[in-house]
Amino acid sequence: MSDADHEAWLDALDAGEGYALVCPDGHGSLPPRRVCPECGAAALSREPLAETGRIETFSVVHVPSPRFEDDAPYVTAVADFGPIRTTGVLRGVDPESDAVEVGLSVGVGVEERATDGEPLVVFRPADGA
Amino acid sequence: MTDARVAGVGLTRFGSHGDRAGRDLFAAAAERAFEDAGVPRADVEELNYGNFMGALAEHQGHQAPLMAEAAGVNCPATRYESACASAGVAVREAVRTVAAGHVDVVLAGGMERMTNLPTDEVTEGLAMAADDLFEVRAGVTFPGAYALMATAYFEAYGGSRRDLAHIASKNHENALPNEYAQYRREVPVDEAMDAPPVAEPLHLYDACPITDGASALVIVSAEYAAEHDVDAPVAVTGTGQGTDRMALGDREHLARTPAADAAAETAYAAAGVGPDDVDVAEVHDCFTIAEVLATESLGFFEVGEGIAAAREGVTAADGDLPVNLSGGLKAKGHPVGATGGSQIAELTRLLRGDHPNSEHVPDAQVGVAHNAGGTVASAVVHVLEVAE
Repeated sequence: MSDADHEAWLDALDAGEGYALVCPDGHGSLPPRRVCPECGAAALSREPLAETGRIETFSVVHVPSPRFEDDAPYVTAVADFGPIRTTGVLRGVDPESDAVEVGLSVGVGVEERATDGEPLVVFRPADGA
Repeated sequence: MTDARVAGVGLTRFGSHGDRAGRDLFAAAAERAFEDAGVPRADVEELNYGNFMGALAEHQGHQAPLMAEAAGVNCPATRYESACASAGVAVREAVRTVAAGHVDVVLAGGMERMTNLPTDEVTEGLAMAADDLFEVRAGVTFPGAYALMATAYFEAYGGSRRDLAHIASKNHENALPNEYAQYRREVPVDEAMDAPPVAEPLHLYDACPITDGASALVIVSAEYAAEHDVDAPVAVTGTGQGTDRMALGDREHLARTPAADAAAETAYAAAGVGPDDVDVAEVHDCFTIAEVLATESLGFFEVGEGIAAAREGVTAADGDLPVNLSGGLKAKGHPVGATGGSQIAELTRLLRGDHPNSEHVPDAQVGVAHNAGGTVASAVVHVLEVAE
């Protein structure tokens, strides 16, 4: 299944140019959007994501869906990148609960799913973290 | 507004029904509901039917007319889909339609068939309740999503896996006498602690099982019940619904469920009751952490304090506020699109006094049902009261 706006967003993320859509009141959201999902404002501007994000929560997934069969166990996480939070797989750490902490500083990019090579939003510990 | 009354309830056994067709499951639940209600099928004016993944499980869309046939009713029939809250919204619309005086008799409920699919396909199917682009493709499974909420809860308020294991153990114990429950066996806290991980911090016994089953309710107006001499002592006095951002990461807080707060507020206001008035509750414990979030949203506990309730015995069968006396989704089972109707069926029996666990709530007057979809992007709350 292909979704042009989502692919464009992934391409930008892959190029280090990840962005959020931000309304005049500062609510961030992810494309495609015609209006702000929080307040309905139509004037949305593209703003860059923060260079590093903060892991807000995570889980080590042992029982995957078929599309992640060869990726498991893996760490799924939600990270805050300024205007938005986004969800991805945390790589570069052991997939164990003790190896990850809320508050970990991470970068974000696009890598391949081990199972089928499809694009995957990936967090990795930020340099020096 | 008139009172909407629960005239009759019907369930199938929850569990594995093998190669039995979904239409037969719903037909069986409806048959029991009509027997329980003493209402003729010919009086039914609408069918509100909940189902989530029938297109995947049975290659069957457009299920409402099929289920009307199966139930033997000839009336407008609509399928409602709000993931795991599908039957909750179906019942809610039945209550609203009757209370508004549009019709006098509605058959409401739902059906889900799941065990005929391999586990990995069920995992994939359940994940469809999350945002496909930004969550599922990024590796979020259904247990994984609730695990993210559990980690966030522990981080914000404390609590432990052992606290959650107490919830699993309590609900399994409650299911023991329930003839409809999928798992009627005790699970000691230590056994839950030792179970294999699914999505840490959630392990096998933190998760509800994969279940086939159906629920059906005959909802009537108080006037219809009086005119036709139908025994319907339980009234649905409040209904509320809330919606939140679809993706967990887009929520204001990762360990709270404001959609359920909103649903509860509306339902309590309509009924003219508050959390302190509630004697018994059935809440959506698809995962143990979900029971914590539900009981906080329903106002039974302050935010951050619900985690200790099962361990301290407050929500146990002999506690101050028994939660999930049916066994909950956890032990009774979770046929996704049937669950919201099944909770109302269990509460009705608890309030009428004909539930195997009614002895724990002999004087109960007010019950609350909480049904959630996805990571509570959808929530429905109903208040039931003994009216006669």
